[in-house]
Amino acid sequence: MAELTIKGHAGIGPAVTGTALVASDNFSARYDLDRIKGIFVRPAHKLVGQSYVGRILVLNTAKGGVATAWMLYEMASRGMAPKALLLNFANPIMAQGAALADLAFMDRFETDITRAIRTGDEVTVDPGAGTVSVRRT
Amino acid sequence: MKLDDEERAIAAGAHGPVRRWAIEHQIKVGRFFDAADFVPISQVHIMADAESLGEACIALLEEHARRSWAERSVRVPTVTDPRGVDFNAYKRLGQTDEMVGLERRAIAAFSALGVLLTNTCINYQTVMPPMRGEHIAFGDTGSVIYANSVMGARSNFEGGPSALAAALTGRTPRYGYHLDRHRRGSRLFRLHEQPRNWSDWGALGGVVGRRLESYWQVPVIAGVDMPPSSDELKHFGAALASFGSVALFHMVGVTPEAPSLAAVFDGAPPAEEPIGPEDIAGFYGSYAPADTGVDVVVFAAPQLSLFEIQQLAGLLAGRHVHDKVTLLAATSPEIKAASDRMGLTATIARAGGVVLEGVCFYQSYAREIGEVNGWKRLMSNSAKLVNIIGGYGYQPVLASMERCVDSAVAGRIV
Repeated sequence: MAELTIKGHAGIGPAVTGTALVASDNFSARYDLDRIKGIFVRPAHKLVGQSYVGRILVLNTAKGGVATAWMLYEMASRGMAPKALLLNFANPIMAQGAALADLAFMDRFETDITRAIRTGDEVTVDPGAGTVSVRRT
Repeated sequence: MKLDDEERAIAAGAHGPVRRWAIEHQIKVGRFFDAADFVPISQVHIMADAESLGEACIALLEEHARRSWAERSVRVPTVTDPRGVDFNAYKRLGQTDEMVGLERRAIAAFSALGVLLTNTCINYQTVMPPMRGEHIAFGDTGSVIYANSVMGARSNFEGGPSALAAALTGRTPRYGYHLDRHRRGSRLFRLHEQPRNWSDWGALGGVVGRRLESYWQVPVIAGVDMPPSSDELKHFGAALASFGSVALFHMVGVTPEAPSLAAVFDGAPPAEEPIGPEDIAGFYGSYAPADTGVDVVVFAAPQLSLFEIQQLAGLLAGRHVHDKVTLLAATSPEIKAASDRMGLTATIARAGGVVLEGVCFYQSYAREIGEVNGWKRLMSNSAKLVNIIGGYGYQPVLASMERCVDSAVAGRIV
């Protein structure tokens, strides 16, 4: 089992461990998700049809509007949120949503995070320390 | 983050638990973006639709609303973005009593906090346009980009919780577009064909927005021949913010911080990226339908100005929307009242169209009303709406207002 540690900017939310779901695509809760079913539904999204619930969701950048700032809290209240969200570049909305939802959230990594992590990797996110540890079997 | 005496007192709970919640939220966000301190703000615009809020966020607002007025009231004028239910039209749209119930709870909670229920995303046209250099906390991407770019005001995207926090503390973390250094141009686009109508301006915003990489890029548009109208820049900015998730643009010779190319770039401008007629045509083409069917024609996102309503009424006068098609237009309560008084609403209604007030289509449980009404093919002149609505199970088509109306009347895309 190989382990890799990646540094990023200090983030928001608790330290968590989970299984990664990765795409070199972007993220908006309103534009991309069926929040009731917990799956990506935007036809053009690379993760269409896949469940993000309880996953370490790894995508490129924040897209779309402001609604995600409310939505992450609402999703978390139903147990239908991702376990963590990692982006190459956040926008304010994702940070605000993570702060309200107490969702583990980081961005600004030393490398392209969507290439450094693969779907299925076991990932520990420590927003306080600004580190992500990746284990691959 | 450096806190002044009052901010430390708020954080220590001296102003009650609601304001402490607010400033703790703001400090988390401020630290994330390396804000040095807070900046006082003069007005707040907050996203308030019950579909985004959901039961959980409404319950949070209700918890705040139970505190004393001194503890819970907003400190600066605070207005709301469109809500999700027009109480005069919800049955016609197939919205449920449960949706109405959530909406009423949200309204009661926001009102208890002293929030003004303006229910509009065009507050910069209809409520209180901000001034150049004014620090504000706006909460719709279209309203933020318009305020920053066209007015020269200063705001980040403030999502619901952050806008609420800003209203409760009267300040916001000083990062991003509050700072001079983030307001400089980073990409340069040159127009080789002028947009002709509102949907063309939206398409242009979509073309530029698709090429941008993150919130932190500031596109500069050169080659605009004629000063665009407020509605044209509204469609351009809303689409640009929707596709690019960016909060500021400069238009050389048009917007206040861009009197010249030299004024918006530090050093030599970057290489020009041309935008020609083929780019605009390609954008429309990306929403080309597989057949001529149409179920619902929507004018919204952003809400319509009085001039847009007048144009729509003129196009519909003496005609009738096909029985198979629903035609909807969304505007603010103030513009709806004006439209009623001037007979425009009646003209649209006689043609079979519906003018909705205080809502926007995509914030009105678009998935649920689509399923109830059997709406799949949606036609609009809003590039922002066609971008959003694909995720709600629709097949969107972008066209001019004229072509949308002609198609609604014909019962097929013409």
